[in-house]
Amino acid sequence: METGRETAIRDNDLSRRGPTPAAVARRYRASQRLKAVAGLIGLCLLLWILTPHFLTVANALNVMEQTSINAIVAVGMTFVIISGGIDLSVGSLVALSGVVLASALKSGWPIPLALAAGLGVGAATGLLNGVVIAFGRLPPFIMTLGMMSVARGAALLVTDGRPISGFDAGFRSIATGRVFGVPAPIVLTLAIYAVAHFVLSRTRFGRYVYGIGGNEEATRLSGVNVRFHKTMVYVVSGVTSAIAAVLLTARLNTAQPIAGIMYELDAIAAVVIGGTSLSGGEGNLGGTLIGALTMGVLRNGLNLLGVSSFLQQLVIGMVIIVAVLVDVLVKEKRA
Amino acid sequence: MIDHAPGTPVLEMRGIRKVFPGVVALDGVDFDLRAGEVHVLLGENGAGKSTLMKILSGAYTKDAGDVFIDGAPVSIGSPRDAQSLGIATIYQELSLVPQLTVAENILLGHEPSRAGVIDRAAMRDAARRSLAEVGLDLDPDRRLDRLGIAEQQMVEVAKALFRRARVLVMDEPTSALTAREIDRLFDVIRRVTAAGVAVVYISHRMRELAEIGTRVTVLRDGRAVGTFPLPETSFDALIRLMANREVRDHFPRRRCKAGDELLRLEHVSGPSGAPRVDDVSLTVCRGEIVGLAGLLGAGRTELARLVFGADRPSSGRVVVSGRDVTPKTPRQAIAAGIGFLPEDRKRHGLVLMRSVGENIGLPSLARWSRAGVVSGRTEHETAERWVTELRIKTPTVAERVVRLSGGTQQKVVLARWLAADASLLVMDEPTRGVDVGAKVEIYELMNRLTDAGAGILMISSELPEVLGMSDRIYVMRHGRIQAELDAASASEERVLQAALGLAS
Repeated sequence: METGRETAIRDNDLSRRGPTPAAVARRYRASQRLKAVAGLIGLCLLLWILTPHFLTVANALNVMEQTSINAIVAVGMTFVIISGGIDLSVGSLVALSGVVLASALKSGWPIPLALAAGLGVGAATGLLNGVVIAFGRLPPFIMTLGMMSVARGAALLVTDGRPISGFDAGFRSIATGRVFGVPAPIVLTLAIYAVAHFVLSRTRFGRYVYGIGGNEEATRLSGVNVRFHKTMVYVVSGVTSAIAAVLLTARLNTAQPIAGIMYELDAIAAVVIGGTSLSGGEGNLGGTLIGALTMGVLRNGLNLLGVSSFLQQLVIGMVIIVAVLVDVLVKEKRA
Repeated sequence: MIDHAPGTPVLEMRGIRKVFPGVVALDGVDFDLRAGEVHVLLGENGAGKSTLMKILSGAYTKDAGDVFIDGAPVSIGSPRDAQSLGIATIYQELSLVPQLTVAENILLGHEPSRAGVIDRAAMRDAARRSLAEVGLDLDPDRRLDRLGIAEQQMVEVAKALFRRARVLVMDEPTSALTAREIDRLFDVIRRVTAAGVAVVYISHRMRELAEIGTRVTVLRDGRAVGTFPLPETSFDALIRLMANREVRDHFPRRRCKAGDELLRLEHVSGPSGAPRVDDVSLTVCRGEIVGLAGLLGAGRTELARLVFGADRPSSGRVVVSGRDVTPKTPRQAIAAGIGFLPEDRKRHGLVLMRSVGENIGLPSLARWSRAGVVSGRTEHETAERWVTELRIKTPTVAERVVRLSGGTQQKVVLARWLAADASLLVMDEPTRGVDVGAKVEIYELMNRLTDAGAGILMISSELPEVLGMSDRIYVMRHGRIQAELDAASASEERVLQAALGLAS
């Protein structure tokens, strides 16, 4: 017969014998990401076989540069989705921030001030989203759907529907420049991911984002100011959309009020392909980056294969459905 | 009454094994079920009862072992397989559609129809027959959400019988029922067993076992440690087997001297908008456990939420250590040293998909971080310390809380407030859904906390618990304090009388 004391000792042994918690968590996250990585590698291999132009340094850099915009928008989307929400206004925000930035530049504002204006508009719009969602208790879907139209309308009003183009080389170097030979957009994207990953995994704010998405009421009853942090999540999304707008404007040398249409789709796709749960509380940015790359490779591959843009749209939509379907099925099997 | 003659085994499970990452949930369990019996499964939370039943109902697949129905081996790969083998499970959370009628629920998926159009008359008749089988006189056209929980549960039994279930698994069916409803449910159980249906009954309530059970199988740490006839077997013997340690005293309250006043409520009413608490004044001293008794709906949970700032009071003051803190938010309450263990851990207590460590650290992150960056080391070490200290059964602090048993989850919530240095704990039904062994552990922890100078305000609907653990007892009725009793002079009768408003 054992005694309670022995039971206790055995329990302790269990925790001592097992791998360290950090290792377990790491392994779990790794396994989540592994699926996405495997998908990406498989896709690359397929394209390598199908077209000789795919696996070249020039094309690889090209894909990464093109991916950078969606990848950056997807950072904010990851925060929002982990918190249990959704942000459908990101595409319109890219347009609005872009035209505000462009107008500022055209009015002769110094670059830093113009950048601040562009980012400020993104942050302010995100703040409005967040405040109405968190304090007005409007479903995120409805608020950001409305904001999708509001921001688009504002962008069209500001520009009278016309694109704004022609900026000086200093500004354009944000997209065209190189840092130690690596295109600036890639460096910028990686830097944003590094910072955002740190915020999500190491800061209080990050923890609260997971907590709110996992169980909002329990998080509130743990003394967390849920409404404030929920609001901030949409501010993050507004800011990342605005950063994407800066990059887009610099690359195209144009800001268009009709830019960024369907960006919400690509961003949500990158997030869910990356293994973040649409029901909130789970997910990470490593996955999102891989998801964004997968989307980029797919588009690039379809272009190289000469697939028409109409068909491309159809294929990409299907890929998103299948990716989420697989995720759901795998989760069901595990449960 | 139940026929105690040994029937033929309808169901046999042999050598069932199930492993989850880090935990052997079932380690070669044998279990058999005879026609017409009520076979009770008894065990602490985490002993493997639910896992065994989930294997039977097809929700989990076993890693090893065999299942036989009427002596023939069967494989249960999905809930659908289980259903076609005549195994029906009635969960704590009912699986009925509230917006449909009783008849529609009973026949869901089996609607009689002509050329695709539902034959409502035939449906009503079939439903009525099934309801009669369980002895329930209900209008089949009533919407399900118009019924009480007990009646809904019986509709679920009727639904199972309609599907020709021969094995009925009931997981804690009485946890939400009143005494009278329990009697009715037991009548239904007796009726269906008399008709040859075999029932597996999971419950922590010892008194019920003697009343309804034919045999009992005790599970401990994933093993079946014995099967015994009921009601001959003594509770003490069963409790010893479950916990594998002598439980001499179920309520090991060590009285200690109450110190200074820790909490004082002055004429608290609220919450504003929908008042359920009316002019409540009470005190809790350091080192004291104050019980809050009363019937369901007396306003006890609402009072707890006001104290913790989960809802806002419309008037009155909450004074902690002489300072008016009347919290508007949980944050302010926590800053004043108050911790709250909610009644519904899963909805209000835990972020189930996150880790033990994260759940423990949630209210304390502000203290553990600098410039918003959390010190991973502090977080980890604190979580580890409390996991060891409270003997929280988890492979690691990185394990997701959703994988832990009820008692273990409760300890995680408790660890959270200890890590947050709470000196006043408001506990709403601290041992609900917790097995006997973990209950005693939680009582011991309450003792240790009060020894260390903490104060506890404990809401409990279990009278023995209130009487056994409290130093003082307040009885609430209709949102007001009806009586204040001293532990020495309190008795079940006096508490009940006050709760019912019969005397003061």
